[in-house]
Amino acid sequence: MTYYAIRRIALSAVAMLGVVTIVFVLLHASGDPVTLLVSQDATQQDIDQIRQAYGLDQPLSVQYARFVARVVRGDLGFSYRQGLPVGELIVERLRATCELAVAGLAVAVLLGVPLGMLAAARRGSAVDTAAMAAALLGTSVPSFWLGLLLIIVFGVQLGWLPVSGYGGLDHLLMPAFVLGGFYAAQISRLTRTSLLEVLAQDFVRTARAKGLAGQAVLLKHVLRNAALPVLTVVGLDFGRMLGGAVVVETIFAWPGMGRLAVQAVLGRDFPVVQGAAIMGAAVFVAVNLLIDLLYGWVDPRLRAATPGA
Amino acid sequence: MAGSIRGSARPRRERSGPASVAGRVLRTPSGALGAALLALLTAAAFGASWTPPYDPAAQDLSATARPPSLAPVRGQLHLLGTDQLGRDLLSRLLVGLRVSLVVALAVVPLSVLLGLAIGMLTGYHGGWVDLALMRVVDAQLAIPTLLLMIAVVAVLGSGLLQIVLVLVVAGWPTYARVVRATVLALREREFVAAARALGATDGRILARHVLRNVVPTLLVLATLQLPVVIVLEAALSFLGLGIQPPTPSLGQMLGHSQEMVWRAWWLPTIPGVAITLLVLAFNLVGDRLRDVLDPRLRGVGGI
Repeated sequence: MTYYAIRRIALSAVAMLGVVTIVFVLLHASGDPVTLLVSQDATQQDIDQIRQAYGLDQPLSVQYARFVARVVRGDLGFSYRQGLPVGELIVERLRATCELAVAGLAVAVLLGVPLGMLAAARRGSAVDTAAMAAALLGTSVPSFWLGLLLIIVFGVQLGWLPVSGYGGLDHLLMPAFVLGGFYAAQISRLTRTSLLEVLAQDFVRTARAKGLAGQAVLLKHVLRNAALPVLTVVGLDFGRMLGGAVVVETIFAWPGMGRLAVQAVLGRDFPVVQGAAIMGAAVFVAVNLLIDLLYGWVDPRLRAATPGA
Repeated sequence: MAGSIRGSARPRRERSGPASVAGRVLRTPSGALGAALLALLTAAAFGASWTPPYDPAAQDLSATARPPSLAPVRGQLHLLGTDQLGRDLLSRLLVGLRVSLVVALAVVPLSVLLGLAIGMLTGYHGGWVDLALMRVVDAQLAIPTLLLMIAVVAVLGSGLLQIVLVLVVAGWPTYARVVRATVLALREREFVAAARALGATDGRILARHVLRNVVPTLLVLATLQLPVVIVLEAALSFLGLGIQPPTPSLGQMLGHSQEMVWRAWWLPTIPGVAITLLVLAFNLVGDRLRDVLDPRLRGVGGI
């Protein structure tokens, strides 16, 4: 377990180093990185000052080492639009994004798992067909349209829910549904496939043969064995939601990290964009690491898995 | 149980030429529906869009935010209505569909080629090249796709060419990973060893033996990635970071409709339905193609 844990942690650290490298390359892909780090009306003096402060007059290798060192210390630069350190800005918004992602995950699991179970239990019936058609539609409706649709119906026509902003549970309902809807559809399809695979195995037939009722077999034996692949995807989805709530946050004016990044691009505030990409990746990598470690602990077979997988 | 018995009793075709694959995709209702939808939308995008009823960028401030209607107003017929600047929605929809399809049809083949080249190189070569490039793939897949795309747009700026580039950058790692895994598995197989023993060069082995075995998987993945690319482009354009006016795109139309949801329901609904149908069509065909060509891929795909 210790070897497994160390290996996982090292791989995560390497991935993060890669992320920082990609951002560094991106910063230099524009030609002169200074132009991305100062506002458009900066004077020559400002530009020289930034160039000096960030060491952009140094050789690339030195710049790279300094860049990595700064990120490791948690220094993500300075937003010239908001006049605040980027790290502070992002941490402030991360809470709202986390709330949204947790709510979205709840929607995805509470809708997706029962739907998939129902479809698998009634395989080949009209219920199965309807559930899978709904799932297909769910993966095909883009979130930005679903969001506007809900706003028109529940916000404008019925006036039941607030259409934007951050606040109580009523503010959370529509964004969470829009964010979680796509993943609910995916999870329902996966739950169904996973259940059907387990249902086809010998031990299920044995349980049936010894006289257990259909319900008991499904609940006691099948669900437990079908859960692992579903849980893996749920974990991955959570990481994706944290970083991918950009669109939903924009539609509902949710004060999260994604909206911050979009506004930063539109306002040409590159340090914030760069910080959001690094932070988004960090959260994703951390969530995945946690899941991997949890699985290694729960399922000893994974620990001995082939290296490189 | 009964289904599987019936299924196995049916005569199986071992050969799968392009014609028979297409036939098997079309044989099921879902595959046929997807293909029909796709044909209709492609015809609209590449046929009708060259002669739209109006100039999609032409504004008419005397006819703003008209609802869809069959009755001409002052000699002007706007079947799907107009937007807040009086632009004809049908014309914008047709051209927007074309933009969506052109972007997806440019991005996916380019990503496939790049992923194929890198996946083959790393899988076959192994060693430090493999180690280094796979760490790049890991790192890139760790950055949430939309945030990565936003960061690239922040550096490169937005526009058609940049969007294609951004989407290729975001897309290749998936293919590289799948190709590498396939190559790794094939490398140890007897027929590759036999080919090498007969004196075949690395290039020949890759081109004749490995490529042939990777193609079905890539074809399925690519078909399933098309709707993903369409949604990502639309999302970027929705956020105002993608296709820029005057070129219309479906995502941009949705983005501009946000301020109008209070009084013009058709503004978001029309491009929204169009994107959904386009994505649905690709998903239907892609799902079916996967079942026919490579059932092992079940569960792969999606963003």
